[in-house]
Amino acid sequence: MKNKRVANPAEAVSGVFDGATVLIGGFGLGGLPEALLDALCDRKVRGLTIVNNNSGHGETGIGRLIGEGCVAKVICSFPTSKAAYVFKEWFEAGKIEVEVVPQGTLAERIRCGGAGLGGFLTRTGLGTEIAENKKVVAVNGREYLLEQPLRGDFALVEADLVDPRGNLTYRMAARNFNPVMATAADQVLVQANREVGLGDIDPAVVITPGLFVDRYCIVDSVAKTPARAG
Amino acid sequence: MKTSIGYTKEQMAQHVADELQEDWVVNVGIGLPLTILPYVPVDKDIIFHSENGIIGMGPELADPAQGDNDLLSAGKRPVSLIPGASFVNHADSFVVVRGGRLDATILGAYQVAENGDLANWKLPGKRLGSMGGAMDIAVGAKRVLIMMTHVTSDGRPKIVKTLSYPATARNCVTKIFTDRAIISVTQRGLVLERLAPGSSVEDVQAMTEPALIISEKLKSS
Repeated sequence: MKNKRVANPAEAVSGVFDGATVLIGGFGLGGLPEALLDALCDRKVRGLTIVNNNSGHGETGIGRLIGEGCVAKVICSFPTSKAAYVFKEWFEAGKIEVEVVPQGTLAERIRCGGAGLGGFLTRTGLGTEIAENKKVVAVNGREYLLEQPLRGDFALVEADLVDPRGNLTYRMAARNFNPVMATAADQVLVQANREVGLGDIDPAVVITPGLFVDRYCIVDSVAKTPARAG
Repeated sequence: MKTSIGYTKEQMAQHVADELQEDWVVNVGIGLPLTILPYVPVDKDIIFHSENGIIGMGPELADPAQGDNDLLSAGKRPVSLIPGASFVNHADSFVVVRGGRLDATILGAYQVAENGDLANWKLPGKRLGSMGGAMDIAVGAKRVLIMMTHVTSDGRPKIVKTLSYPATARNCVTKIFTDRAIISVTQRGLVLERLAPGSSVEDVQAMTEPALIISEKLKSS
């Protein structure tokens, strides 16, 4: 069996190169792989395109990645939250690009990227500026927008349990984008709260089968999850 | 006793909450819509859906310090779960939304047009706005209930003939709840269903761009 376990977040992200597209799981701070993001900052990579629902929370995680000059472009659904002040500053200074995508369309574009599909048709965004330069397709007399698939060179994922095959479970709503992104990147890099033995996860509760996972490290982020919301 | 014109925020929240029927699956937008939650009786067994994959979201925690980042509402506030809740991933969360499983959503708005067009994600002339899940939800929910002030802070109508703000979705709004009235969007046009205390039909028409049809069952309270 291939050994997917690495010693620490630094080793997990050691292959991330300048200019890469990086899918980042999480919704706000829920399920955000912060240890991997910190390790990425420490590597001082440049020119990343990052994909996440948000555009950063304070000066940690994605906020830190942007503030330290690692990011050229953000693809997200909600760039204007108050906590995303680092992104805002960089955007207003013209130092970072953004593509704003409706949340369900963002999730489905990534799902298509992982599923080997060439895109999908949705009514979301019809008759809005989101439809600009996109093809409208009629099916059975109803119009839909054609949306493109989205893949990453890397996906950064936060899981709860991991076993030696890389099978993953997720903790409550920390699941969000993580399992979708785990299907849609060339290299899937995981930080998990806890490692368990082979066979210790009931196959019926595995959310991401290990075949999608390339590397994992153990960082218990449950201990630090309470009371940081807002 | 304080005599004021229009509904208080609490009365608006109560009217919207009264609209929700037993066993509905409902998505509540961030901001003003969230104020309805304390007014929804537990025995109605409404299933609240949150974009980040929570089905059966319970009330916000009274003490956010007891919260957990892995259990946040779409507005990123710590919440609880009801018995029998479940989690799904983000793609499946929007299967619920676009697949027609939401009986209703409550959203805020900058503008609503006569034909039900909704604008609530971006200000005109701004380079940046955030729609989050609103575009998907406005398209997917069976009923789109809007909760907003009747006019802008400088007194201009927010219920308009055609949108001057960037659209979120077209022909989607079902009913508008404001501090001055409750108005349904119908094939015939906008129907004035209910007037807030101290408001007359003339007052409300004056602060509404399109012509209002007066319901035969118009309520005044």
